Amino acid sequence: MSDVQETEQPNRRDFLYLATGAFAAVGAANVIWPLIDQMNPDASVKALASIEVDLGEVEIGQSLTVTWRGKPVFIRRRTASEITAAKQVIMQDLIDPEADSDRVQFDEWLIMVGICTHLGCVPLGQAGDFNGWFCPCHGSHYDTSGRIRKGPAPKNLEIPDYEFVSDSRIKIG
Amino acid sequence: MSGESTYTPGSGLTKWLDERLPILRLANDSFVDYPTPKNLNYWWTFGGILTFCLVTQIITGIILAMHYTPHVDFAFNSVEHIMRDVNYGWLIRYIHANGASMFFLAVYIHIFRGLYYGSYKAPREVLWILGVLIYILMMAAAFMGYVLPWGQMSLWGATVITNLFGAIPVVGESVATWLWGGYSVANPTLNRFFSLHYLIPFIIFGVVILHIWALHVPGNNNPVGISVQSKKDTLPFHPYYTVKDGFALCLFMILFAYFIFFAPNVLGHADNYIPANPLVTPAHIVPEWYLLPFYAILRAVPDKLGGVLLMFGAIFVMFLLPWLDTSKIRSGRYRPLFRQFFILFVIDCLVLGYLGAQPAEGVYIVLARIGTVYYFAHFLIILPVLGIVEKPSNVPESISSSVLSSAPAE
Repeated sequence: MSDVQETEQPNRRDFLYLATGAFAAVGAANVIWPLIDQMNPDASVKALASIEVDLGEVEIGQSLTVTWRGKPVFIRRRTASEITAAKQVIMQDLIDPEADSDRVQFDEWLIMVGICTHLGCVPLGQAGDFNGWFCPCHGSHYDTSGRIRKGPAPKNLEIPDYEFVSDSRIKIG
Repeated sequence: MSGESTYTPGSGLTKWLDERLPILRLANDSFVDYPTPKNLNYWWTFGGILTFCLVTQIITGIILAMHYTPHVDFAFNSVEHIMRDVNYGWLIRYIHANGASMFFLAVYIHIFRGLYYGSYKAPREVLWILGVLIYILMMAAAFMGYVLPWGQMSLWGATVITNLFGAIPVVGESVATWLWGGYSVANPTLNRFFSLHYLIPFIIFGVVILHIWALHVPGNNNPVGISVQSKKDTLPFHPYYTVKDGFALCLFMILFAYFIFFAPNVLGHADNYIPANPLVTPAHIVPEWYLLPFYAILRAVPDKLGGVLLMFGAIFVMFLLPWLDTSKIRSGRYRPLFRQFFILFVIDCLVLGYLGAQPAEGVYIVLARIGTVYYFAHFLIILPVLGIVEKPSNVPESISSSVLSSAPAE
């Protein structure tokens, strides 16, 4: 069989060559996946994915910080002036536009993950230029609705999935 | 590895071995009779010093791993146990912790030596690229090592750095979760960082062997930057450079010992003696001094992804350096304009390092932006343009004529 013939038409040997290579590649990928996936959150980490919190003792103007999935969650019972300030903001002024009403279920209760969306530090409460939260790591300012207003963070503080299971009890996650 | 082998086995046994595994021949040709330019100055001793640093870190690290527990509930206390209970544990840990700083001090001098004398230029591009690779591996090892004591800076440093990957569009969050093994930096993270921290030094060791191999193909660069032309230009590595390297190493070890015995915590952060607390971020997060310039670049950019890209870009631009510098003259000694820009570049790196330790506000941010722009301008504008517009001064004819001429070359 000459070289010319081989390039003109694929023969059985080419097929075997490709099939062997493809089989080896699929096999290797199958073996590698468990080696990669083992680093993802394991069953014991996922099992702690939701918590219930009692809000009965939190007065207006007070905050509670709870741990959920290893992260702090800020629960703030906002004052009337904080609620007004959050509602009066013009959408054009926001880096990540979002209405205050989309971020709360009841105006009084602001519940959000206390992790700066820049590089993951915990912001300080009732601080910063907008009297909301201020991240000391790289200087991000959040307003009384937890929306990013100034600094390097790209997004508003994250709102976790939560529901009120009774008037004074919530389930996060 | 370059040139003819000069090894002659001394005894019957070594001759027998040489015919089966010529390892003594390799050692002789690489570190004994190896022809080395005769004009190497003390800036060239840092290769040997760095090898010493790597070996020191590996030995002390293996010992520390015998007493350390990589679990969030025990890590902090096991480090205190090493400091208080283990025989000489304090000494071994202080050698390891300060050894990291000394390693970086030496590697920075080594890198700037290469930058000044054009050691990255043809035919040493691969040698340079391997060196940048080692530097990146060193930063990874140092970062993960700093997490292991599980103090406040450990936790929050790890949080900030792993969140950098969250800036990647679309997959960022999944990548961060994958790195953490959870939804935040926690026990799975600490455990895997310990595993990788143990692994990386051995990878570095492997790349160092390639680095030395790539060095021994073209041979050493030297202060005048011209290639070796004859045997008159060289000296055997032993005893000339074993002694020179040894003397420099002794001086280096004095500085090292000063930190270990008299200022063991001066390069660290007091916050790392507070156990990690996921609910409280320290008021001022700062990386170790050797990462500060990159941290300043990260914070100079008011955009998350942009900051991350520029920070990694500041390292990766070094891979391209051999092709960005257009000058045919290697040594900065014969490049009057380059020399001045080189000094500006060194100052720029030091200023960025200073700014990285300051709070991210006001004038510091403005200065960091200027410093960042200059950093990239040095590589992407100044070096390519200089090679075209600069008129080099007279380069000597050979290494030996530069050594023997009475007039100083500069």
